[in-house]
Amino acid sequence: MSLWHKIACVVLAMVIVASLAANWLAPEGYAHQYREATDARPSRVHWLGTDELGRDRFARVLYGTRISLLLAPAAALLSTLLAALVGGIAGYLGGAWKRAAMAVTDLFLSLPWLFLLITARALLPLNVSPLLSVLVTFLLLGLLGWASAARVLCASAASLRGSDFVRQARAAGVNGRGLFWIHVLPNLKPVLFAQFWISIPVFILSEANLGILGLGVAEPMPSWGSLLKELEGLVSVGEEPWKFVPLILLVIVVTSFQILLSRQQEVAA
Amino acid sequence: MICHNMKHHNKKFRSTTLSFARPLTVFVFGLALLCADALAQGGELRFCLRAEPKTFDPLKVDDDASGAIRYLTGGVLIRENRQTQQLEPGLALSWKVSTDGREISFHLRSGVNFSDGTPFSAEDVAYTMQQVMDPSLHSTTGDSFRSGTGSVETKVISPTQISIRFPAPVAGLAALFDQVAVMSAHSPKKEMAVLGPFMVGEYKPGASIDLKRNPYYWKTDQQGHKLPYLDSIHLDIQPNRDVELLRFKKGELDLINSLDSEYFDKLSSSSPQVVHDAGPSLDSEQLWFNEVAKSPIPAYKKAWFRSTAFRRAISTAINRDDLSRIVYHGHAQPAFGPFSPANKFWFNANLKPPVYSAETALKTLQGEGFRIENGTLKDKDGNEVVFSIITNAGNKQRERMAVLIQDDLQKIGIHVNVVTLDFPSLIERMTQTFDYEAIILGLTNVDLDPNNEMNVWLSSSENHQWNPAQKTPETAWEAEIDRLMRLQASAVDPNKRKEAFDRVQEIAVEQQPFIFLINKNALSAVSTSVRGAAPVILWPQTYWNAEWLTVQQ
Repeated sequence: MSLWHKIACVVLAMVIVASLAANWLAPEGYAHQYREATDARPSRVHWLGTDELGRDRFARVLYGTRISLLLAPAAALLSTLLAALVGGIAGYLGGAWKRAAMAVTDLFLSLPWLFLLITARALLPLNVSPLLSVLVTFLLLGLLGWASAARVLCASAASLRGSDFVRQARAAGVNGRGLFWIHVLPNLKPVLFAQFWISIPVFILSEANLGILGLGVAEPMPSWGSLLKELEGLVSVGEEPWKFVPLILLVIVVTSFQILLSRQQEVAA
Repeated sequence: MICHNMKHHNKKFRSTTLSFARPLTVFVFGLALLCADALAQGGELRFCLRAEPKTFDPLKVDDDASGAIRYLTGGVLIRENRQTQQLEPGLALSWKVSTDGREISFHLRSGVNFSDGTPFSAEDVAYTMQQVMDPSLHSTTGDSFRSGTGSVETKVISPTQISIRFPAPVAGLAALFDQVAVMSAHSPKKEMAVLGPFMVGEYKPGASIDLKRNPYYWKTDQQGHKLPYLDSIHLDIQPNRDVELLRFKKGELDLINSLDSEYFDKLSSSSPQVVHDAGPSLDSEQLWFNEVAKSPIPAYKKAWFRSTAFRRAISTAINRDDLSRIVYHGHAQPAFGPFSPANKFWFNANLKPPVYSAETALKTLQGEGFRIENGTLKDKDGNEVVFSIITNAGNKQRERMAVLIQDDLQKIGIHVNVVTLDFPSLIERMTQTFDYEAIILGLTNVDLDPNNEMNVWLSSSENHQWNPAQKTPETAWEAEIDRLMRLQASAVDPNKRKEAFDRVQEIAVEQQPFIFLINKNALSAVSTSVRGAAPVILWPQTYWNAEWLTVQQ
């Protein structure tokens, strides 16, 4: 294991342990409002200062990490699996199947999602607990985010279909289903992993934007997305660099996962 | 010899002095004229409109941007001084309202011309009023005068005298003429021929509007100099407030008419001399519950929301001082009731300030059969008190107020879900489907007279937000408010009107259909290069006296 892999392991472990230990590291919780200390700078009491409502930013980063670390990858996994199912199988089967699947994908991509999300908000009850709002948000992201990845996977699967090892396997008598699961899908892993990693930060930011439509993680529950929204005030961020912490954390976590993943691929190879 | 020499010397001195005195006098006099002229040439004022004006026709104005153009270009008979909140003569030297409140007579200024030179007379006033009251024009300005069915009668007595008779008494009749820009009955330029201090010069749709000095403007200063002092006003169309602030900081704009508290603080930390806090404005933010009988919310929740004691308890549980201090950074005041104390005449000064007490709120609820179980408030039937508050996404102040209120109500065991919606969806729930439980929104008041809030307080009105368009008032207190609002609308005596509206304010505070939260302060920014600015609370806060402003380039 190289030094970078070890560092990535340690970093991820620290982040995960810290988020799991949020109840002890930040016992007041993410919602407590220190109303006499709003927008406070970092101090011994508030390590990352407080937000505009006096909530401890360090606590909100810890609890937000739990939510984003758990649910953004889950949503990314869902969208990647759906993409693999639709795009991978369509590319493998080719012909009319491929054309039909890509037509559905194109239709999905061209739909006006803003209006569909507004409709989704209209159909959902207003009294949804913050936890349920989190689950609904990332489920929606997962269900909506598969289409662009499907096209990439379709192209990759189509190119694998004509490769020598697949022909050899077919000649050896491996049937269609087995051919896909044993020979094609494992070779789609690099593309699948790439799509998976690309999706995570996209879903984190999308969750923040969904708040505009009344979807997204409900107050007072924090998430990396809602914490990143503090960066909107560009005029003042230069004087308040501690507001960058969620962004730095996002970059560090995603990079660490990618380093570990590349290690896994090396081992597999 | 000496004497002669002295005489000669003196003569020479006098002639020398005189020879310098004449050109010196001419020079000084000329310099004074130049200075006076420089004073008259007041530069160009630059600021932004937040949207494209929908019209230049002053009778069709119903948006802020068009209203700004009308204010700067329109000549009115009576002007409400934004600083003193008193009525002053405009194009009318004097006026008289009849005792029955149906007729107003004007004595007009003579020798006044429109911006294209067309003479102004009583015929133009008659023409304007006929146009304003024409139902086919759908003029919102005209709506203010429509207190009854029938048409308006105008009688031109002479070129400078006119009387206007309405089919029914009109409350606050004289003040309404502040919104009526007189149009020419004869000018071929139609609405572009104006009587105000400025006229529209160049219009670039989507980009900017240039107003230039009206050479025929009737007003002069005490020294007899023609107004306005400014040569022109350049208006950029800029909806983005961040861009507006940046441009102001760079010196590309001379004023920001209405500033958010967040931007106010950012600006005051770097340039304290340019920001102005004129104190509480007429605007308010409020929370209300859905009391519509046919709304698709559970019956037990309707019962809560329709209970006066419930609403009063919620009101008592909200810490308005924290809302003002935290959300608005101290640039707001807890709201007393329907009207802000800034409305000097109409505000009911006997109203007590709102009280914050979680204990009192809980006691009130317990008196209604509510109880706390495991930290959660339940009603007498065991239903947990949980409801949602919706507000429009993107409005940071309202979102923050909702979260603070969520925290306040949590202290008495009430669980609130905060939901931010896009504005069209929110309006649809509020006015069409009635699929909401509680809502936080604001009222922007541009007028002092309570008559402008008839469409809010009358129970039959569409804008009676908590329970609109009632066929008959569903509660005794709403019936009483209906009676009082109609009374003040038909009364002519301002004191009688005030008495009626004072009682409306008392009922509103007793019943809390709107839980008034705060009155925002009127915040603005004016560059130090602008002379004569005196920001006030009434719109337009910074350029209400545009004809007296100058800009040092």
